[in-house]
Amino acid sequence: MHKVAIVAMGWYGFRPLTPEVSFREMVFEAATRAYAMADIDPRKDVDTFISCQEDFWEGISIADEFAPDPIGGSMRPTMTVSGDGIQGIVHGAMQILSGISKITVVESHSKPSDIEKIHKIVEFGMDPIYVRTVKSPNVHFLAGLDASKFMKKGYTREDFAEVVRKNKVNGLSSPRSSYASKLSLEDILSQDYVVYPLSKLDIAEYVDGSIVSVLASEEVARKLTDTPIWIDGMYFSSDSTLELSYLGEAEYLTISSREALKMAKVDSPTKLKGGFIDDRYSYKELEHVESIGLNAREMLREGELEKDGDFPVNPLGGHLAKGIPLEASGLSLTLDGFEYLLSGKESAIVASWRGIPTFTGGVLVMRR
Amino acid sequence: MEIHEEKRLEHPLSKEELDKRPKIEYKPYAKYSYSAGQAITKFLEGLKEGKIYGRKCRKCGRVYVPPRMYCEDCFRPTDEWIEVKDEGIVMTAVASFISWTRERLESPEIVGVIRLFPSSDRDFVYPALFHRICCSYEEVKDMSIMGRKVKAIWKSKEKREGSINDIDCFKVI
Amino acid sequence: MRPNIYYSKRVGILGSGLTLFRSKMLETPQELAFIAARRALDEAGLELKDIDCVVIGSAPDAFDGVHMKGEYLAHGSGGIRKMVSRVYVGGATGVMVPISGWYHVASGLCEKVLVVAEEKMSGDLPHPQAIFRYIWDPITEKPLNPNLIWIFAMEMHRYMKKYGIKKEDIALVSVKNKRNAINNPYAQLPGQITVDDVMNSEVLVWPVQRLDISPTSDGAAAMVLASEDVTRRYTDTPVWIEGVGWTLDNTSWPGRDLFYPRYLENAAKMAYRMAGIERPNKEIDVVEPYDPFDYKELHHLEGLQIAGRGQAPFLLKEGFFDLDGDIPSSPSGGLLGVGNPIAAAGLMKTISIYWQLKGIAGKMQVKRPVKTGVAQAWGDLMQASTVIVMRN
Ligand SMILES: [Zn+2]
Repeated sequence: MHKVAIVAMGWYGFRPLTPEVSFREMVFEAATRAYAMADIDPRKDVDTFISCQEDFWEGISIADEFAPDPIGGSMRPTMTVSGDGIQGIVHGAMQILSGISKITVVESHSKPSDIEKIHKIVEFGMDPIYVRTVKSPNVHFLAGLDASKFMKKGYTREDFAEVVRKNKVNGLSSPRSSYASKLSLEDILSQDYVVYPLSKLDIAEYVDGSIVSVLASEEVARKLTDTPIWIDGMYFSSDSTLELSYLGEAEYLTISSREALKMAKVDSPTKLKGGFIDDRYSYKELEHVESIGLNAREMLREGELEKDGDFPVNPLGGHLAKGIPLEASGLSLTLDGFEYLLSGKESAIVASWRGIPTFTGGVLVMRR
Repeated sequence: MEIHEEKRLEHPLSKEELDKRPKIEYKPYAKYSYSAGQAITKFLEGLKEGKIYGRKCRKCGRVYVPPRMYCEDCFRPTDEWIEVKDEGIVMTAVASFISWTRERLESPEIVGVIRLFPSSDRDFVYPALFHRICCSYEEVKDMSIMGRKVKAIWKSKEKREGSINDIDCFKVI
Repeated sequence: MRPNIYYSKRVGILGSGLTLFRSKMLETPQELAFIAARRALDEAGLELKDIDCVVIGSAPDAFDGVHMKGEYLAHGSGGIRKMVSRVYVGGATGVMVPISGWYHVASGLCEKVLVVAEEKMSGDLPHPQAIFRYIWDPITEKPLNPNLIWIFAMEMHRYMKKYGIKKEDIALVSVKNKRNAINNPYAQLPGQITVDDVMNSEVLVWPVQRLDISPTSDGAAAMVLASEDVTRRYTDTPVWIEGVGWTLDNTSWPGRDLFYPRYLENAAKMAYRMAGIERPNKEIDVVEPYDPFDYKELHHLEGLQIAGRGQAPFLLKEGFFDLDGDIPSSPSGGLLGVGNPIAAAGLMKTISIYWQLKGIAGKMQVKRPVKTGVAQAWGDLMQASTVIVMRN
């Protein structure tokens, strides 16, 4: 099989509020930066374009209408994948591998600050007949259920607080981290619960931002850059509906990482040099690290997940430091991984989740 | 046909049958305050002053109304604000007898697309607005309104609030 | 006709499934998706465990009343513990789904793919039309309180004005498609109607009248696609996907001349180049252009380069597009006759071409022998087109 590489990424925003720009202007800025890095003209050099978005995040029915213009994709093959940016990257890579494209652009963005009550939109994603009707006072209840089940495997509140501390301080080294801070374990543990066992600090905030990535076939990637970041393995998957999915584990990442690692011919994730792993809830980072096949509890307690540990997880801060840019979340983790590899590290795994109420996630195995 | 002899699994219903079935109603709370951004903010401010602003790309010469901060054809930022005329040509016009919730209207609402000047009839893309047109149903039905020159009828200055509705309609001059 | 020289991996079609298209169905969206998917698997002789990946298509989330509709539909569509995602290009989604299924297989990542499209519009209050208010630009268009039929009417009137086309000539599309639908066991609105019936029907947004429009519907459609090896193992009469193309024009529809769908020309040329089609009006034997409104079929036949600009109404009048014509168009009965559960309708059109090429279209089978067929869908703000070329 031929290979696909990420040759450039550009971003804009990553602030809690961006009232001065429309989402379209924000996407144009990110695209301009990505194309400058790749030194390409999107009007001539790009074969296909993919946008990842959902109508109710945008507040526009058929948000696909707004996809082409700000990325240079009008009158070109542009489409929407209604999903996380990682799913968009896999679709883009499949287009390249099929022979239909040599350069594909994958875009995603978020403007939660335009949404009046985002939790009502999250609730609108739940099954209309038997989940929404529960009328829970708090959309995080599903995470609470999942986290409680997960704790039965021997995890404690202190473990979760440790993840919060680590990621918030790691975020201080990235310009995208609006929510980075230096907190002590006591600061974190003294917070009130939102839903047991999670406090406000265990739950990542939302953020406005846009990310554009440029994928290329092996041949083209080598021409465009001396440092292509290869996507050696990729996969995404969904578990099942709420009542049929496994709580306390992330089956979607177990499946995705198994397939992606197989494709990358990596027999264990410990062979990789770091992880960029969804942490929109503190416990989720640990659950996700477990589901890709690692002993998260031991590694956390031994300090192996720290920035200077054997297997750094979210060394640039993850969602707890940067915020959740809705469907750009997977691209945010990928961008962290991309920068990490450009800084000289050899390999990384990216593992993304679409958040509540989904059981969907995707994995990329990337190599310098 | 051969392939469609399956057992029927689905159940089409009449309106009466459907009404008898249990249903769960849900009214989504989906409210947004869209950031207008740089281009549209200036456009709305212009409307309040009775002016239609566009953005011009100097590379290809295209004028964007409603304005855009970037040229989608050249993929570069647009270069300057220009005021286009509040006059143009009716490209198409229709007469609506239904409201947006599909209720019947007594007298039709007439809307269409106005290609604004400066532009020429050889252009495939041009500065334009989608808006109401003040004319009779007959002029729509016999297509005579299409191709006519029209001008914006503005709300009085006090009533303008920086909205597309600051223009009442476009009317033949 | 030149062989396809650009792509090494061929993708075949193993099975198809449809639900009835009806204005109101008891089933939930998930159940409709399940029925179509189960029928496609049965026709292919496969079980869900044999499927590697699922691709879902559905138009606005607002119709089914669920945010992240792809996540919700995954369950009924067989997207359980496997690769599943949803693609979306508005009304053009129905043909984007098999295109996406094509690259899932052609990339080598998946061997057998289930593609599913579903729409349920009967649950919308006060009317599905209200949903369409939110497709407009929220700042420069929505304050005018538009309804969806406005843009169609504006495009139709511009097309009529540009070429001097009469409404009566356009109404013939409705007459033909509802007549063709009489042969289709899934159809919602088959019938023998006349041009006068169309001209006397309720005026909604002049020039659009009730019988110029397809109905709102509940329904689902599904297909199984597979690699060349697998396809040959399962069938002696394979149908192949030989060309795919798609294009989005810009968002600013008022700033474009609406008489011609240049984006469709682009998408068609992309698909034809891949399929080695040089003279579409000679090499295509049967076509399913998207027909949510009657003039749209004509508009699209021109964009597909099957008829010259402004020529489609004249060819239609001569019977060129009839079931026994030179290039039969919408032999299924189209959206006008079969119904319009948006994304499912586009996939139904793709399935219709598959039936024709496989020779299993029953009473819908066109008179002349067929080798090459094309299906097309359209969507967004007069903006998107998707095209698929198939051969037997
Ligand atoms: Zn330009």
